[in-house]
Amino acid sequence: MASPDLDVRYVAKLARIALTDEEARTYGVQLADILGHVAALNELDTSDVAATAQVIESRNVERDDTLVPCLSRNDVLAGAPREQGGFFRVPRIIGEP
Amino acid sequence: MADSLIEMTAAETARKVNARERSAREIVDATFEHVRRIDGEVGAFLTLTEEIARTQADRVDARIAAGERLPLAGVALAVKDNMCLRGTQTTAGSKILEGWNAPYTATAVQRIIDAGAIPIGKTNLDEFAMGSSCENSALGVTRNPYDAQRVPGGSSGGSAAAVASYESMIGLGSDTGGSIREPAAFCNIIGFKPTYGRVSRYGLIAFASSLDQIGPLARTVEDAALAYDAIAGHDPMDATSVDVPHESTATNLGESLKGLRVGVVKEYRAKSLGSAIDDVYAKAYADLEKLGAEIVEIGLPTADYGIATYYLIAPAECSSNLARFDGVRYGLRIEGNDMTETYDRTRAAGFGPEVKRRILIGTHALSSGYYDAYYLKAQKARTKIAADFENAFGACDVIAAPAAAAPAFRLGAKSDPYSMYLMDYYTIPVSLAGLPSISVPCGWAQPEDGDAEMPLGLQLTAPLFGERLLLGAAHAYEIATKHSKKHSPRIGSGVVGRALGVS
Repeated sequence: MASPDLDVRYVAKLARIALTDEEARTYGVQLADILGHVAALNELDTSDVAATAQVIESRNVERDDTLVPCLSRNDVLAGAPREQGGFFRVPRIIGEP
Repeated sequence: MADSLIEMTAAETARKVNARERSAREIVDATFEHVRRIDGEVGAFLTLTEEIARTQADRVDARIAAGERLPLAGVALAVKDNMCLRGTQTTAGSKILEGWNAPYTATAVQRIIDAGAIPIGKTNLDEFAMGSSCENSALGVTRNPYDAQRVPGGSSGGSAAAVASYESMIGLGSDTGGSIREPAAFCNIIGFKPTYGRVSRYGLIAFASSLDQIGPLARTVEDAALAYDAIAGHDPMDATSVDVPHESTATNLGESLKGLRVGVVKEYRAKSLGSAIDDVYAKAYADLEKLGAEIVEIGLPTADYGIATYYLIAPAECSSNLARFDGVRYGLRIEGNDMTETYDRTRAAGFGPEVKRRILIGTHALSSGYYDAYYLKAQKARTKIAADFENAFGACDVIAAPAAAAPAFRLGAKSDPYSMYLMDYYTIPVSLAGLPSISVPCGWAQPEDGDAEMPLGLQLTAPLFGERLLLGAAHAYEIATKHSKKHSPRIGSGVVGRALGVS
Protein backbone atom coordinates (compact mmCIF):
# COMPACT_ATOMS: atom_id res chain seq x y z
CA MET A 1 0.00 0.00 0.00
CA ALA A 2 1.29 3.46 -0.86
CA SER A 3 1.60 6.00 1.93
CA PRO A 4 -1.13 8.64 2.11
CA ASP A 5 1.60 10.81 3.52
CA LEU A 6 4.25 10.54 0.82
CA ASP A 7 3.73 11.57 -2.80
CA VAL A 8 6.62 9.78 -4.50
CA ARG A 9 6.38 11.77 -7.73
CA TYR A 10 6.43 15.09 -5.89
CA VAL A 11 9.37 14.10 -3.68
CA ALA A 12 11.30 12.73 -6.68
CA LYS A 13 10.79 16.06 -8.42
CA LEU A 14 12.21 17.89 -5.39
CA ALA A 15 15.14 15.45 -5.35
CA ARG A 16 15.68 15.80 -9.12
CA ILE A 17 15.45 12.09 -9.89
CA ALA A 18 13.42 10.95 -12.88
CA LEU A 19 11.36 7.85 -12.02
CA THR A 20 9.78 5.28 -14.31
CA ASP A 21 6.18 4.30 -13.52
CA GLU A 22 7.39 0.99 -12.17
CA GLU A 23 9.96 2.67 -9.92
CA ALA A 24 7.34 5.07 -8.63
CA ARG A 25 5.08 2.12 -7.72
CA THR A 26 7.87 0.07 -6.11
CA TYR A 27 9.35 2.94 -4.13
CA GLY A 28 5.86 4.06 -3.11
CA VAL A 29 5.26 0.71 -1.42
CA GLN A 30 8.77 0.40 0.06
CA LEU A 31 8.88 3.94 1.40
CA ALA A 32 5.41 3.58 2.93
CA ASP A 33 6.68 0.46 4.71
CA ILE A 34 9.76 2.29 6.03
CA LEU A 35 7.70 5.30 7.12
CA GLY A 36 5.32 2.90 8.88
CA HIS A 37 8.21 1.56 10.97
CA VAL A 38 9.60 5.03 11.55
CA ALA A 39 6.19 6.14 12.90
CA ALA A 40 7.08 4.23 16.09
CA LEU A 41 8.89 7.43 17.08
CA ASN A 42 5.51 9.01 17.80
CA GLU A 43 5.31 6.84 20.94
CA LEU A 44 8.36 8.58 22.32
CA ASP A 45 7.74 11.65 24.46
CA THR A 46 10.23 14.30 23.35
CA SER A 47 8.41 17.34 24.72
CA ASP A 48 11.13 18.00 27.29
CA VAL A 49 14.25 17.71 25.13
CA ALA A 50 16.17 19.85 22.69
CA ALA A 51 17.16 18.59 19.25
CA THR A 52 20.65 17.17 18.67
CA ALA A 53 22.21 18.08 15.34
CA GLN A 54 25.50 16.42 16.26
CA VAL A 55 27.00 15.12 19.47
CA ILE A 56 30.30 16.97 19.69
CA GLU A 57 30.27 20.59 20.74
CA SER A 58 30.29 22.66 17.59
CA ARG A 59 31.74 26.08 17.20
CA ASN A 60 32.61 28.45 14.43
CA VAL A 61 35.91 27.54 12.85
CA GLU A 62 38.03 30.47 11.79
CA ARG A 63 41.44 30.82 10.24
CA ASP A 64 43.72 33.61 9.19
CA ASP A 65 42.86 35.01 5.79
CA THR A 66 46.02 33.86 4.08
CA LEU A 67 46.64 32.27 0.72
CA VAL A 68 47.20 28.53 0.81
CA PRO A 69 47.72 26.14 -2.10
CA CYS A 70 44.55 24.70 -3.62
CA LEU A 71 43.70 22.34 -6.47
CA SER A 72 44.77 23.56 -9.89
CA ARG A 73 42.12 24.40 -12.47
CA ASN A 74 43.34 21.52 -14.63
CA ASP A 75 43.02 19.02 -11.78
CA VAL A 76 39.47 20.14 -11.09
CA LEU A 77 38.33 20.21 -14.70
CA ALA A 78 39.89 16.79 -15.38
CA GLY A 79 36.84 15.17 -13.74
CA ALA A 80 34.23 17.31 -15.49
CA PRO A 81 31.78 15.60 -17.87
CA ARG A 82 32.22 18.57 -20.26
CA GLU A 83 34.42 21.62 -20.15
CA GLN A 84 35.18 24.49 -22.44
CA GLY A 85 37.81 27.19 -22.16
CA GLY A 86 38.52 26.51 -18.51
CA PHE A 87 34.86 26.36 -17.48
CA PHE A 88 32.30 23.63 -16.79
CA ARG A 89 30.03 23.45 -19.83
CA VAL A 90 26.35 22.79 -19.10
CA PRO A 91 23.16 22.69 -21.19
CA ARG A 92 20.98 25.76 -21.55
CA ILE A 93 19.67 27.03 -18.19
CA ILE A 94 17.49 29.93 -19.40
CA GLY A 95 14.90 29.36 -22.16
CA GLU A 96 15.02 30.64 -25.76
CA PRO A 97 14.84 34.46 -25.98
CA MET B 1 57.89 -17.77 1.92
CA ALA B 2 55.62 -15.21 0.36
CA ASP B 3 52.67 -16.71 2.21
CA SER B 4 54.06 -16.16 5.68
CA LEU B 5 54.64 -12.51 4.76
CA ILE B 6 50.97 -11.85 4.06
CA GLU B 7 50.02 -13.66 7.25
CA MET B 8 51.99 -11.31 9.49
CA THR B 9 50.19 -8.77 11.63
CA ALA B 10 50.74 -5.09 10.98
CA ALA B 11 52.72 -4.82 14.22
CA GLU B 12 55.00 -7.71 13.25
CA THR B 13 55.44 -6.34 9.74
CA ALA B 14 56.43 -2.89 10.98
CA ARG B 15 58.91 -4.43 13.42
CA LYS B 16 60.57 -6.50 10.70
CA VAL B 17 60.63 -3.75 8.09
CA ASN B 18 62.00 -1.25 10.60
CA ALA B 19 64.69 -3.78 11.57
CA ARG B 20 65.42 -4.31 7.83
CA GLU B 21 64.76 -8.04 8.16
CA ARG B 22 62.08 -7.63 5.53
CA SER B 23 61.49 -4.97 2.89
CA ALA B 24 58.25 -3.19 2.13
CA ARG B 25 58.81 -4.14 -1.50
CA GLU B 26 58.83 -7.89 -0.68
CA ILE B 27 55.60 -7.54 1.24
CA VAL B 28 53.92 -5.65 -1.57
CA ASP B 29 55.01 -8.25 -4.13
CA ALA B 30 53.76 -11.12 -1.97
CA THR B 31 50.48 -9.33 -1.33
CA PHE B 32 49.74 -8.73 -5.02
CA GLU B 33 50.63 -12.32 -5.82
CA HIS B 34 48.05 -13.47 -3.26
CA VAL B 35 45.46 -10.90 -4.34
CA ARG B 36 45.76 -11.96 -7.97
CA ARG B 37 45.25 -15.58 -6.93
CA ILE B 38 42.14 -15.15 -4.79
CA ASP B 39 40.42 -11.83 -5.38
CA GLY B 40 38.51 -13.15 -8.36
CA GLU B 41 36.56 -15.13 -5.84
CA VAL B 42 36.54 -12.75 -2.84
CA GLY B 43 35.84 -9.62 -4.85
CA ALA B 44 37.19 -7.31 -2.16
CA PHE B 45 38.80 -4.80 -4.52
CA LEU B 46 37.30 -2.48 -7.12
CA THR B 47 40.69 -1.05 -8.13
CA LEU B 48 44.24 -2.25 -7.49
CA THR B 49 46.84 0.48 -7.00
CA GLU B 50 49.87 -1.54 -7.96
CA GLU B 51 51.98 1.30 -9.29
CA ILE B 52 51.34 3.56 -6.31
CA ALA B 53 52.02 0.61 -4.00
CA ARG B 54 55.42 -0.19 -5.50
CA THR B 55 56.46 3.48 -5.51
CA GLN B 56 55.34 3.86 -1.90
CA ALA B 57 57.08 0.62 -0.89
CA ASP B 58 60.37 1.83 -2.36
CA ARG B 59 59.91 5.14 -0.58
CA VAL B 60 59.32 3.36 2.75
CA ASP B 61 62.38 1.16 2.24
CA ALA B 62 64.45 4.26 1.45
CA ARG B 63 63.21 6.06 4.57
CA ILE B 64 64.06 3.04 6.73
CA ALA B 65 67.50 2.79 5.10
CA ALA B 66 68.02 6.47 5.96
CA GLY B 67 67.42 5.68 9.62
CA GLU B 68 63.75 6.54 10.05
CA ARG B 69 61.35 4.29 11.97
CA LEU B 70 57.71 4.16 10.87
CA PRO B 71 54.85 2.75 12.98
CA LEU B 72 53.24 0.99 10.00
CA ALA B 73 56.30 0.38 7.82
CA GLY B 74 55.43 -1.91 4.93
CA VAL B 75 51.89 -2.68 6.12
CA ALA B 76 49.53 -3.70 3.29
CA LEU B 77 46.50 -1.41 3.33
CA ALA B 78 43.02 -1.73 1.81
CA VAL B 79 41.15 1.57 1.39
CA LYS B 80 37.36 1.69 1.16
CA ASP B 81 36.44 3.26 -2.15
CA ASN B 82 34.65 6.22 -0.63
CA MET B 83 37.99 7.75 0.39
CA CYS B 84 40.02 9.81 -2.04
CA LEU B 85 43.51 8.74 -3.07
CA ARG B 86 44.97 11.17 -5.56
CA GLY B 87 45.16 9.81 -9.08
CA THR B 88 43.06 6.70 -8.43
CA GLN B 89 39.49 5.96 -9.38
CA THR B 90 37.22 6.71 -6.43
CA THR B 91 33.66 5.48 -7.02
CA ALA B 92 31.82 5.16 -3.68
CA GLY B 93 30.47 1.98 -5.32
CA SER B 94 28.29 4.09 -7.60
CA LYS B 95 27.84 4.38 -11.35
CA ILE B 96 27.54 8.13 -10.87
CA LEU B 97 31.27 8.30 -9.96
CA GLU B 98 32.58 5.40 -12.05
CA GLY B 99 35.76 6.51 -13.78
CA TRP B 100 36.25 9.60 -11.61
CA ASN B 101 39.85 10.05 -10.48
CA ALA B 102 40.33 11.78 -7.13
CA PRO B 103 42.34 15.00 -7.52
CA TYR B 104 43.48 14.93 -3.88
CA THR B 105 44.02 12.49 -1.01
CA ALA B 106 41.85 12.14 2.11
CA THR B 107 43.59 13.19 5.35
CA ALA B 108 43.16 9.77 6.99
CA VAL B 109 44.58 8.01 3.93
CA GLN B 110 47.52 10.44 3.71
CA ARG B 111 48.30 10.01 7.40
CA ILE B 112 48.36 6.22 7.29
CA ILE B 113 50.54 6.32 4.15
CA ASP B 114 52.89 8.76 5.90
CA ALA B 115 53.12 6.22 8.75
CA GLY B 116 54.48 3.66 6.27
CA ALA B 117 51.37 1.79 5.10
CA ILE B 118 51.15 0.74 1.44
CA PRO B 119 47.82 1.13 -0.38
CA ILE B 120 47.09 -2.14 -2.23
CA GLY B 121 43.78 -1.00 -3.66
CA LYS B 122 40.32 0.50 -3.23
CA THR B 123 37.67 -1.81 -1.83
CA ASN B 124 34.04 -2.50 -2.60
CA LEU B 125 31.21 -1.02 -0.54
CA ASP B 126 27.48 -0.53 -0.58
CA GLU B 127 26.81 2.43 -2.86
CA PHE B 128 27.70 5.62 -0.95
CA ALA B 129 28.12 3.41 2.15
CA MET B 130 24.36 2.79 2.32
CA GLY B 131 23.84 -0.83 3.25
CA SER B 132 24.89 -3.73 5.45
CA SER B 133 26.00 -6.38 2.95
CA CYS B 134 27.89 -4.79 0.02
CA GLU B 135 25.01 -5.97 -2.18
CA ASN B 136 24.08 -2.35 -2.86
CA SER B 137 27.36 -1.80 -4.74
CA ALA B 138 26.72 -0.98 -8.38
CA LEU B 139 30.20 -2.18 -9.33
CA GLY B 140 30.83 -5.65 -7.95
CA VAL B 141 29.99 -8.56 -5.66
CA THR B 142 32.05 -9.20 -2.55
CA ARG B 143 31.85 -12.58 -0.82
CA ASN B 144 32.37 -13.60 2.78
CA PRO B 145 35.79 -15.29 3.08
CA TYR B 146 34.25 -17.89 5.41
CA ASP B 147 31.40 -18.83 3.06
CA ALA B 148 31.33 -17.61 -0.51
CA GLN B 149 27.52 -17.89 -0.60
CA ARG B 150 27.24 -15.30 2.16
CA VAL B 151 27.73 -11.55 2.34
CA PRO B 152 30.82 -9.96 3.93
CA GLY B 153 28.65 -7.35 5.66
CA GLY B 154 28.67 -3.70 4.86
CA SER B 155 29.06 -1.12 4.02
CA SER B 156 32.85 -1.57 4.53
CA GLY B 157 32.54 -5.19 3.32
CA GLY B 158 35.36 -4.98 0.79
CA SER B 159 37.88 -3.79 3.39
CA ALA B 160 36.64 -6.44 5.85
CA ALA B 161 36.90 -9.25 3.28
CA ALA B 162 40.36 -8.06 2.18
CA VAL B 163 41.70 -8.12 5.74
CA ALA B 164 40.01 -11.43 6.58
CA SER B 165 41.40 -13.17 3.48
CA TYR B 166 44.96 -11.83 4.02
CA GLU B 167 44.78 -9.52 1.01
CA SER B 168 45.75 -6.69 3.34
CA MET B 169 46.82 -6.28 6.95
CA ILE B 170 44.80 -3.16 7.69
CA GLY B 171 41.61 -1.91 6.10
CA LEU B 172 40.26 1.60 6.28
CA GLY B 173 36.49 1.73 6.54
CA SER B 174 33.83 4.27 7.39
CA ASP B 175 31.00 3.77 9.86
CA THR B 176 27.77 5.76 9.82
CA GLY B 177 25.41 3.30 11.54
CA GLY B 178 27.58 0.20 11.90
CA SER B 179 29.44 -0.02 8.60
CA ILE B 180 32.80 -0.92 10.19
CA ARG B 181 31.59 -3.03 13.13
CA GLU B 182 29.05 -5.23 11.32
CA PRO B 183 31.34 -6.40 8.47
CA ALA B 184 34.13 -6.97 11.02
CA ALA B 185 31.78 -9.25 12.97
CA PHE B 186 30.72 -11.08 9.77
CA CYS B 187 34.36 -11.66 8.73
CA ASN B 188 35.80 -12.59 12.16
CA ILE B 189 38.08 -9.55 12.45
CA ILE B 190 38.35 -6.35 14.50
CA GLY B 191 36.41 -3.25 13.42
CA PHE B 192 36.85 0.00 15.31
CA LYS B 193 34.77 3.17 15.01
CA PRO B 194 36.37 6.06 16.93
CA THR B 195 34.48 8.91 18.61
CA TYR B 196 32.74 11.18 16.09
CA GLY B 197 35.27 13.88 15.18
CA ARG B 198 38.42 11.96 16.20
CA VAL B 199 39.40 11.19 12.61
CA SER B 200 39.19 13.79 9.86
CA ARG B 201 36.47 13.25 7.26
CA TYR B 202 38.29 15.40 4.69
CA GLY B 203 38.35 13.38 1.49
CA LEU B 204 35.68 10.93 2.65
CA ILE B 205 32.70 11.08 0.29
CA ALA B 206 29.94 12.28 2.61
CA PHE B 207 26.86 10.18 3.40
CA ALA B 208 25.47 11.50 6.71
CA SER B 209 27.86 14.13 7.98
CA SER B 210 26.80 14.13 11.64
CA LEU B 211 27.45 10.38 11.85
CA ASP B 212 30.20 9.43 9.36
CA GLN B 213 33.47 8.38 10.94
CA ILE B 214 36.56 6.69 9.48
CA GLY B 215 38.18 3.82 11.37
CA PRO B 216 40.37 0.71 10.94
CA LEU B 217 39.61 -2.97 10.32
CA ALA B 218 42.34 -5.40 11.36
CA ARG B 219 43.07 -8.96 12.43
CA THR B 220 44.25 -7.94 15.92
CA VAL B 221 43.30 -5.17 18.35
CA GLU B 222 46.94 -4.07 18.46
CA ASP B 223 46.90 -3.53 14.69
CA ALA B 224 43.65 -1.57 14.93
CA ALA B 225 45.22 0.60 17.65
CA LEU B 226 48.34 1.26 15.55
CA ALA B 227 46.22 2.26 12.57
CA TYR B 228 43.96 4.45 14.71
CA ASP B 229 46.98 6.20 16.26
CA ALA B 230 48.20 6.97 12.74
CA ILE B 231 44.94 8.50 11.48
CA ALA B 232 43.54 10.25 14.58
CA GLY B 233 43.98 13.91 15.40
CA HIS B 234 42.79 17.37 14.53
CA ASP B 235 42.64 18.45 10.90
CA PRO B 236 41.90 22.07 9.95
CA MET B 237 40.39 20.78 6.69
CA ASP B 238 37.43 19.23 8.57
CA ALA B 239 35.47 21.73 10.67
CA THR B 240 34.00 18.92 12.81
CA SER B 241 37.38 17.38 13.52
CA VAL B 242 37.92 17.78 17.27
CA ASP B 243 40.91 19.60 18.63
CA VAL B 244 41.57 17.45 21.70
CA PRO B 245 44.93 15.87 22.42
CA HIS B 246 45.39 12.37 21.03
CA GLU B 247 47.14 9.91 23.31
CA SER B 248 48.64 6.74 21.86
CA THR B 249 46.34 3.76 22.29
CA ALA B 250 48.79 1.12 21.04
CA THR B 251 50.98 1.70 24.11
CA ASN B 252 48.06 1.11 26.50
CA LEU B 253 46.98 -2.42 25.63
CA GLY B 254 46.54 -4.30 28.89
CA GLU B 255 45.83 -7.92 29.66
CA SER B 256 43.56 -7.60 32.67
CA LEU B 257 40.09 -6.20 33.15
CA LYS B 258 40.47 -5.92 36.93
CA GLY B 259 38.32 -3.09 38.22
CA LEU B 260 36.58 -2.47 34.90
CA ARG B 261 32.78 -2.16 35.13
CA VAL B 262 31.17 -3.70 32.05
CA GLY B 263 27.55 -2.78 31.43
CA VAL B 264 25.26 -5.40 29.95
CA VAL B 265 22.04 -3.99 28.54
CA LYS B 266 18.89 -5.40 30.13
CA GLU B 267 16.66 -4.55 27.16
CA TYR B 268 19.05 -6.43 24.84
CA ARG B 269 19.21 -9.45 27.16
CA ALA B 270 15.42 -9.67 27.11
CA LYS B 271 15.52 -10.05 23.34
CA SER B 272 16.58 -13.47 22.04
CA LEU B 273 18.67 -13.75 18.87
CA GLY B 274 18.19 -17.53 18.92
CA SER B 275 19.60 -19.86 21.55
CA ALA B 276 22.92 -20.62 19.79
CA ILE B 277 23.71 -16.92 19.45
CA ASP B 278 22.44 -16.07 22.94
CA ASP B 279 24.80 -18.72 24.33
CA VAL B 280 27.80 -17.15 22.58
CA TYR B 281 27.06 -13.74 24.10
CA ALA B 282 26.35 -15.20 27.56
CA LYS B 283 29.77 -16.88 27.34
CA ALA B 284 31.39 -13.61 26.21
CA TYR B 285 29.98 -11.73 29.23
CA ALA B 286 31.12 -14.58 31.51
CA ASP B 287 34.60 -14.41 29.97
CA LEU B 288 34.77 -10.68 30.65
CA GLU B 289 33.91 -11.39 34.29
CA LYS B 290 36.58 -14.12 34.49
CA LEU B 291 39.11 -11.53 33.35
CA GLY B 292 38.31 -9.44 36.40
CA ALA B 293 35.55 -7.20 35.07
CA GLU B 294 32.52 -6.46 37.18
CA ILE B 295 29.34 -7.06 35.16
CA VAL B 296 26.60 -4.54 35.90
CA GLU B 297 23.14 -4.45 34.39
CA ILE B 298 22.30 -1.16 32.73
CA GLY B 299 19.27 0.17 30.87
CA LEU B 300 19.08 1.82 27.45
CA PRO B 301 15.30 2.36 27.34
CA THR B 302 15.36 4.54 24.21
CA ALA B 303 17.77 2.41 22.16
CA ASP B 304 14.83 0.52 20.66
CA TYR B 305 14.00 3.74 18.77
CA GLY B 306 17.49 3.87 17.26
CA ILE B 307 16.60 2.47 13.84
CA ALA B 308 13.56 4.75 13.42
CA THR B 309 15.64 7.75 14.45
CA TYR B 310 18.54 6.81 12.21
CA TYR B 311 16.37 6.19 9.14
CA LEU B 312 15.19 9.78 9.30
CA ILE B 313 18.42 11.53 10.20
CA ALA B 314 20.77 9.63 7.88
CA PRO B 315 18.52 9.90 4.79
CA ALA B 316 17.87 13.58 5.50
CA GLU B 317 21.59 14.29 5.61
CA CYS B 318 22.24 12.10 2.56
CA SER B 319 19.57 13.84 0.50
CA SER B 320 21.40 17.08 1.14
CA ASN B 321 24.95 15.70 0.68
CA LEU B 322 24.16 13.83 -2.53
CA ALA B 323 22.66 16.93 -4.15
CA ARG B 324 26.21 17.63 -5.36
CA PHE B 325 25.99 14.74 -7.83
CA ASP B 326 24.29 16.76 -10.53
CA GLY B 327 26.33 15.94 -13.63
CA VAL B 328 28.03 19.33 -13.75
CA ARG B 329 31.45 19.13 -12.11
CA TYR B 330 32.32 15.44 -11.91
CA GLY B 331 31.08 11.96 -12.68
CA LEU B 332 28.26 10.87 -14.91
CA ARG B 333 26.15 13.21 -17.04
CA ILE B 334 23.13 12.20 -19.09
CA GLU B 335 22.40 15.29 -21.11
CA GLY B 336 18.80 16.52 -21.38
CA ASN B 337 17.24 19.42 -23.27
CA ASP B 338 17.88 21.76 -20.39
CA MET B 339 19.65 21.73 -17.06
CA THR B 340 16.70 20.41 -15.04
CA GLU B 341 16.22 17.48 -17.36
CA THR B 342 19.96 16.84 -17.20
CA TYR B 343 19.78 16.64 -13.39
CA ASP B 344 16.74 14.33 -13.52
CA ARG B 345 18.27 11.94 -16.04
CA THR B 346 21.80 11.94 -14.60
CA ARG B 347 20.59 11.10 -11.11
CA ALA B 348 18.09 8.53 -12.40
CA ALA B 349 20.83 6.70 -14.30
CA GLY B 350 23.64 7.21 -11.80
CA PHE B 351 22.09 6.22 -8.46
CA GLY B 352 21.02 2.69 -7.50
CA PRO B 353 17.73 1.75 -5.79
CA GLU B 354 18.84 2.02 -2.13
CA VAL B 355 20.44 5.42 -2.68
CA LYS B 356 17.27 6.63 -4.43
CA ARG B 357 15.09 5.33 -1.59
CA ARG B 358 17.18 7.15 0.98
CA ILE B 359 17.29 10.39 -0.99
CA LEU B 360 13.49 10.23 -1.39
CA ILE B 361 12.87 9.50 2.31
CA GLY B 362 15.28 12.25 3.31
CA THR B 363 13.80 14.77 0.90
CA HIS B 364 10.35 13.94 2.27
CA ALA B 365 11.53 14.27 5.90
CA LEU B 366 13.00 17.69 5.19
CA SER B 367 10.19 18.97 3.00
CA SER B 368 7.85 21.77 3.97
CA GLY B 369 5.09 20.54 6.29
CA TYR B 370 6.96 17.38 7.36
CA TYR B 371 10.18 18.77 8.83
CA ASP B 372 8.92 18.99 12.43
CA ALA B 373 7.11 15.66 12.39
CA TYR B 374 10.06 13.73 11.00
CA TYR B 375 13.47 15.38 11.06
CA LEU B 376 13.09 17.49 14.20
CA LYS B 377 11.36 14.64 16.01
CA ALA B 378 14.27 12.34 15.12
CA GLN B 379 16.81 14.88 16.32
CA LYS B 380 14.99 15.03 19.66
CA ALA B 381 14.91 11.25 19.88
CA ARG B 382 18.65 11.36 19.23
CA THR B 383 19.07 13.55 22.32
CA LYS B 384 17.24 10.96 24.41
CA ILE B 385 19.31 8.07 23.04
CA ALA B 386 22.54 9.93 23.78
CA ALA B 387 21.24 10.72 27.29
CA ASP B 388 20.55 7.00 27.86
CA PHE B 389 24.21 6.24 27.22
CA GLU B 390 25.35 9.09 29.43
CA ASN B 391 23.22 7.78 32.29
CA ALA B 392 24.46 4.24 31.71
CA PHE B 393 28.08 5.36 31.90
CA GLY B 394 27.37 6.58 35.43
CA ALA B 395 27.30 2.91 36.44
CA CYS B 396 29.80 1.33 34.03
CA ASP B 397 32.99 2.03 32.07
CA VAL B 398 32.22 0.14 28.86
CA ILE B 399 29.05 -1.41 27.46
CA ALA B 400 29.03 -4.93 25.97
CA ALA B 401 26.48 -5.98 23.36
CA PRO B 402 26.17 -7.97 20.14
CA ALA B 403 27.74 -6.26 17.10
CA ALA B 404 25.01 -7.41 14.69
CA ALA B 405 21.55 -8.91 14.95
CA ALA B 406 22.65 -12.13 13.17
CA PRO B 407 25.69 -13.78 11.61
CA ALA B 408 26.41 -13.23 7.90
CA PHE B 409 23.37 -14.02 5.77
CA ARG B 410 23.19 -15.48 2.28
CA LEU B 411 23.63 -13.26 -0.76
CA GLY B 412 20.17 -12.14 -1.87
CA ALA B 413 18.46 -13.19 1.38
CA LYS B 414 17.29 -9.71 2.42
CA SER B 415 14.99 -8.59 -0.34
CA ASP B 416 12.98 -6.02 1.58
CA PRO B 417 14.91 -2.92 2.63
CA TYR B 418 13.70 -2.77 6.22
CA SER B 419 14.85 -6.31 7.05
CA MET B 420 18.37 -5.22 6.06
CA TYR B 421 18.13 -2.15 8.31
CA LEU B 422 17.46 -4.41 11.31
CA MET B 423 20.99 -5.90 11.07
CA ASP B 424 22.32 -2.67 12.59
CA TYR B 425 20.00 -2.69 15.60
CA TYR B 426 22.89 -2.67 18.11
CA THR B 427 25.34 -0.41 16.31
CA ILE B 428 22.98 2.41 15.33
CA PRO B 429 22.20 3.81 18.83
CA VAL B 430 25.96 3.99 19.51
CA SER B 431 26.48 5.93 16.27
CA LEU B 432 23.67 8.36 17.10
CA ALA B 433 25.46 9.06 20.41
CA GLY B 434 28.82 9.49 18.58
CA LEU B 435 30.60 7.02 20.88
CA PRO B 436 33.79 5.04 20.23
CA SER B 437 32.93 1.39 19.65
CA ILE B 438 34.69 -1.79 18.57
CA SER B 439 33.65 -5.22 17.35
CA VAL B 440 35.86 -8.08 18.52
CA PRO B 441 35.41 -11.73 17.44
CA CYS B 442 33.62 -13.64 20.23
CA GLY B 443 32.63 -17.05 18.88
CA TRP B 444 30.66 -18.95 16.27
CA ALA B 445 27.03 -19.86 15.79
CA GLN B 446 24.91 -21.59 13.21
CA PRO B 447 22.85 -19.14 11.13
CA GLU B 448 19.10 -19.77 10.89
CA ASP B 449 19.42 -20.48 7.17
CA GLY B 450 22.41 -22.81 6.98
CA ASP B 451 24.48 -25.41 8.71
CA ALA B 452 28.06 -24.14 8.79
CA GLU B 453 28.78 -21.94 11.78
CA MET B 454 29.64 -18.31 11.09
CA PRO B 455 31.55 -15.83 13.27
CA LEU B 456 29.97 -13.36 15.70
CA GLY B 457 31.30 -10.06 17.07
CA LEU B 458 31.16 -8.60 20.55
CA GLN B 459 30.56 -4.84 20.48
CA LEU B 460 32.30 -2.88 23.24
CA THR B 461 31.44 0.81 23.57
CA ALA B 462 33.06 3.52 25.72
CA PRO B 463 32.17 7.13 26.61
CA LEU B 464 33.14 9.93 24.21
CA PHE B 465 36.94 10.06 23.71
CA GLY B 466 37.38 6.82 25.68
CA GLU B 467 39.44 5.14 22.95
CA ARG B 468 42.39 4.26 25.18
CA LEU B 469 40.22 2.52 27.73
CA LEU B 470 38.16 0.82 25.02
CA LEU B 471 41.07 -0.58 23.01
CA GLY B 472 42.78 -1.68 26.23
CA ALA B 473 39.68 -3.64 27.27
CA ALA B 474 39.18 -5.12 23.79
CA HIS B 475 42.83 -6.22 23.76
CA ALA B 476 42.55 -7.96 27.14
CA TYR B 477 39.45 -9.82 25.95
CA GLU B 478 41.08 -10.79 22.65
CA ILE B 479 44.30 -12.06 24.27
CA ALA B 480 42.39 -14.16 26.79
CA THR B 481 39.79 -15.65 24.44
CA LYS B 482 41.90 -15.94 21.27
CA HIS B 483 38.79 -16.00 19.06
CA SER B 484 40.57 -13.92 16.42
CA LYS B 485 43.48 -16.41 16.39
CA LYS B 486 41.15 -19.06 15.00
CA HIS B 487 41.34 -17.34 11.71
CA SER B 488 41.21 -19.61 8.68
CA PRO B 489 38.90 -18.43 5.93
CA ARG B 490 37.41 -21.19 3.81
CA ILE B 491 36.85 -19.35 0.55
CA GLY B 492 38.05 -20.90 -2.72
CA SER B 493 37.66 -24.46 -1.43
CA GLY B 494 40.38 -23.66 1.02
CA VAL B 495 42.52 -21.72 -1.46
CA VAL B 496 43.27 -19.09 1.14
CA GLY B 497 44.07 -21.78 3.67
CA ARG B 498 46.30 -23.67 1.24
CA ALA B 499 48.13 -20.50 0.27
CA LEU B 500 48.82 -19.99 3.96
CA GLY B 501 49.75 -23.60 4.51
CA VAL B 502 47.20 -24.04 7.30
CA SER B 503 44.56 -26.25 5.70
